[in-house]
Amino acid sequence: MSEHDLPEGWELVVGLEVHAELATATKLFCGCPNRFGDEPNTNICPTCLGLPGSLPVLNAEAVAMAMRLGRALQCRVNPSVFARKNYFYPDMPKDYQISQYDQPTNTDGQLELADGVVVGIERAHIEEDTGKSTHVGGDGRISGADYSLVDYNRAGVPLVEIVSRPDIHTVDDARAYVAELRNILLATGVSDARMEEGSMRVDATVSVRPDGTDELRTRCEIKNINSIRSLGRAIGYEARRHVELYLDGERPRQETRHWDEAGGRTRPGRSKEDADDYRYFAEPDLLPLEPTEAEIEAIDASLPVLPQARRAALVAGGVDPAEAAIVVERDQDQLALATIGAGADAAGVTRHLVHNLADGVGGLTSEAFAALVTMEGAGALSSTQAKTVLATLVETGGDPESIATELGFEQMDTAELDALVDRLIAEHPDEWARFCDGDARIQGFFVGQVMKATQGQADGKVVSRLLRNRAG
Amino acid sequence: MSRAVDAPATAIEIAASVGAGERRAREVLDEHLARVDAAEGEIHAFNLVLRDEAVEQADAIDRRVAAGEAVGPLAGVPVALKDNMCTRGIPTTCGSRILEGWCPPYDATVVQRLAAAGAVIVGKTNLDEFAMGSSTENSAFGPTRNPHDPSRVPGGSSGGSAAAVAAGFAAVALGSDTGGSTRQPAALCGVVGVKPTYGGVSRYGLIAFASSLDQIGPLTHTVADAALIHEVIGGHDPLDSTSIPQPAPAVSSELDRGVEGLRVGLITEMMGHGIEGIAPDVLARTREAADALAGAGAKVDDVSVPAAVYGLSAYYLVAPAEASSNLSRYDGVRYGLREDGADVAAMNTATRTAGFGAEVKRRIMLGTYALSAGYYDAYYGKAQRVRTLIDRDFARAYEDFDVLLAPSSPWTAFSLGDRIDDPMAMYVNDVCTIPSNLTGHPAMSVPYGTGDDGLPVGVQVLAPALGEVVMYRTAAALEALR
Amino acid sequence: MSDRITAADVAHVARLARLDLTPDELERFTGQLGDILDHAADVEALDLDDVEPMAHTLPLRNVARPDVPTSCLDRDEVLAQAPDAEAGLFRVPRILGEEP
Ligand SMILES: [Mg+2]
Ligand SMILES: [Zn+2]
Repeated sequence: MSEHDLPEGWELVVGLEVHAELATATKLFCGCPNRFGDEPNTNICPTCLGLPGSLPVLNAEAVAMAMRLGRALQCRVNPSVFARKNYFYPDMPKDYQISQYDQPTNTDGQLELADGVVVGIERAHIEEDTGKSTHVGGDGRISGADYSLVDYNRAGVPLVEIVSRPDIHTVDDARAYVAELRNILLATGVSDARMEEGSMRVDATVSVRPDGTDELRTRCEIKNINSIRSLGRAIGYEARRHVELYLDGERPRQETRHWDEAGGRTRPGRSKEDADDYRYFAEPDLLPLEPTEAEIEAIDASLPVLPQARRAALVAGGVDPAEAAIVVERDQDQLALATIGAGADAAGVTRHLVHNLADGVGGLTSEAFAALVTMEGAGALSSTQAKTVLATLVETGGDPESIATELGFEQMDTAELDALVDRLIAEHPDEWARFCDGDARIQGFFVGQVMKATQGQADGKVVSRLLRNRAG
Repeated sequence: MSRAVDAPATAIEIAASVGAGERRAREVLDEHLARVDAAEGEIHAFNLVLRDEAVEQADAIDRRVAAGEAVGPLAGVPVALKDNMCTRGIPTTCGSRILEGWCPPYDATVVQRLAAAGAVIVGKTNLDEFAMGSSTENSAFGPTRNPHDPSRVPGGSSGGSAAAVAAGFAAVALGSDTGGSTRQPAALCGVVGVKPTYGGVSRYGLIAFASSLDQIGPLTHTVADAALIHEVIGGHDPLDSTSIPQPAPAVSSELDRGVEGLRVGLITEMMGHGIEGIAPDVLARTREAADALAGAGAKVDDVSVPAAVYGLSAYYLVAPAEASSNLSRYDGVRYGLREDGADVAAMNTATRTAGFGAEVKRRIMLGTYALSAGYYDAYYGKAQRVRTLIDRDFARAYEDFDVLLAPSSPWTAFSLGDRIDDPMAMYVNDVCTIPSNLTGHPAMSVPYGTGDDGLPVGVQVLAPALGEVVMYRTAAALEALR
Repeated sequence: MSDRITAADVAHVARLARLDLTPDELERFTGQLGDILDHAADVEALDLDDVEPMAHTLPLRNVARPDVPTSCLDRDEVLAQAPDAEAGLFRVPRILGEEP
């Protein structure tokens, strides 16, 4: 149970709105560079500055990327129309935002989390970003400032807004959803999805309801969440706030609230009256989009294998789901599958990947990795020794047996081994009989016993030779 | 007294003689500037006369001619620009206080094309604020007067451009037409005015009024000049998504083909059966124009376009709605006027309240209302459907006719002040021109005789989308027949 | 006078449009907007449910440009036109309320 979960009897209901900046070279409607961190107001032109007489011309790559993401989220890609969302705000040069309203590009998708929870995607539409204002003087907070300064470099940068259905019921799933969405944005190459740089922004719509009901109660939209960690804190705080209100016989007001990272709480945003009458209408300066079947098929064909499928492949190969998630996260699933394919035990492979290879696999090949895991499994190397050999393999590559030898994990002299083998044969008459009857599989048993007794110091090949000699 | 010039040198004649080195562009310019000096004080066609810049441009053309360089098809032609077209480093006001003193950091596409063709820009002409009006009385900088009778309006919103051409201040001018704003002033000032097929001329750098209706077009003395200007400014522009991806229509070469066998329809709704209040003398001239075409071999007949009567209603919902959004950007933050306020919203409100005139405020509020929650379907949504109805009815008419004929303006030039206090009385000026904007079809006004008051009457030639060739052909025939 | 639009409606749209109206402006505009909406009433009679709205007169679709950078404006030239600027940025009075 996570520290954020609700008191007994209450269920959390969360929908997430994620804005991700598309990784195009230029802005959505003009040729200005789409680049973070440049000198203020240097990436501006008549169009992204909303100068009188300027006109938007759609960036084809932005549309391609949005459709790519849509298909990765299993969305339907529709004919779409841009619309104007009208409201006054100083960092929005035209005082309307070109977005998509009743005919968005992507609808009705879904995202499956590592724990198997499936979150519905209502829509993923294309829109333009706003500029950025900084607030000078006063208490630093926006409305307390003396005045503000506006930089329009970000104005007109292409965004996709991905709107989930309210299918998220734990804080951990909310975090997992954002993490997984980020994985997909990166895997499809449509965004660099950096929350700290604001190229991925998350708003959470939070409400609660009594366990076992499916009612949808008053929700509050939480903005200004700028890390996955704050996401968990913000949702947890807001949900508990709702529960407390209901327990006191009150009810929350439907409103937009802002996460106060320092104060660890949400506060009501001072959103202006009338702000919700956006007077949407079809953007007359842009024409409708009608993607063809062929285009959509081409996108599907070009999509990389997505995290969910990669995890599934590992699990099918015998890997524990939790470990599979980590391995895919680290992009080590190809090596894992190859190593398991080369005959190594899946548990052994993922154990090393998860615990010993967090910093990368260097020159490690699947063959060497498989050999190592087998030696360890056969007792030829203790886990400590295996870890040491593995480290060398990562650094220099090579073959585990010779490395083990070089590292002085060398075998004992034959006299000791002779005595040991004789003792084992005496202690295990039945197994020995099967060995003599030519049951090859049992050989591993004896070798294993020897390795155990010698902490893996013995040479497996020598042991097999001694066994064969005695069997005559 | 009339300040109108009759039969001045045409753009074609000027470009030919300047290009051939027979006349100097400077000489041509001085001739036009002399008329400006004599009459501009009375007419007020310009918000800004670009005397020095024009002299530089003219001298540059003359140097190139002297150096034997090729100069463009408009070499040395004095052109006036409606003051809603952006000119880099040159004030562009849109007839509004809110943009007073604003110098755009870029040129409109049409301005670049005119310059490349060798034209000489003589000034920025007056207009109704943000092109909202039909008399040029809504300019923040005072009204323009009609050169044929300075007590009368020149029409609008391109009244300054129409007056500049009629008075010989410029050989040709550019106007913009959202509901009739080149055709109606052309009619009232006795010049040719064209509204091209929507998308035929780039809107890049044209300060938007109603984006789905606005088109730039020429105002000229002759149909041939209009054709030439149309060819220079028209054609695809990648900076305007609504620009038709085709070269400008080659109309000049087709002007003399006559109207033999052409099917010409007279729109009954605009000839006294449907739209009320069109002046008898205007109806008479239009009918005579039809008869003249018939005499020249055209097959002329009446045709009904029933939905045309709804044009005015649809227009006064669609245009203000788009305008209310297009004009939001005038908020005092990035350019133009700023009136102080305690916070940014107060500053926006103070700026817009002080910077916009009454007509602009009226249309912004009407459009805001037509789009606002609960009214969208009843007003804006409905109006957009009416456009489809009108389009259908015109499509049906064009099954049987090549071009249609109608009045351009319901009446000749009226006196200043006559209609300014009653918005509806002003709006009906565009009742015959609006349908072409709603459908995106081309239409043009050609002078054809005078009214009972001796003032010019314009007859309107309408054609289907991309029907410029047949439209100009018909207009040229009318011009020859008058 | 028309009852299609009330003074309260006009005050509401004026606020949405960031315009201040004096009391007599409010009264005059209410009357004038009412007259215009009365005139527009003729379209209300039409049954248009099966008629598609016409947002564009052009048959064009999928108009887009390649993702290739073009030149930007000179910041000084742009800021020279700004009512108020500071340190390469546009300066505005304090903003009450976050982005909606
Ligand atoms: Mg959004
Ligand atoms: Zn730009």
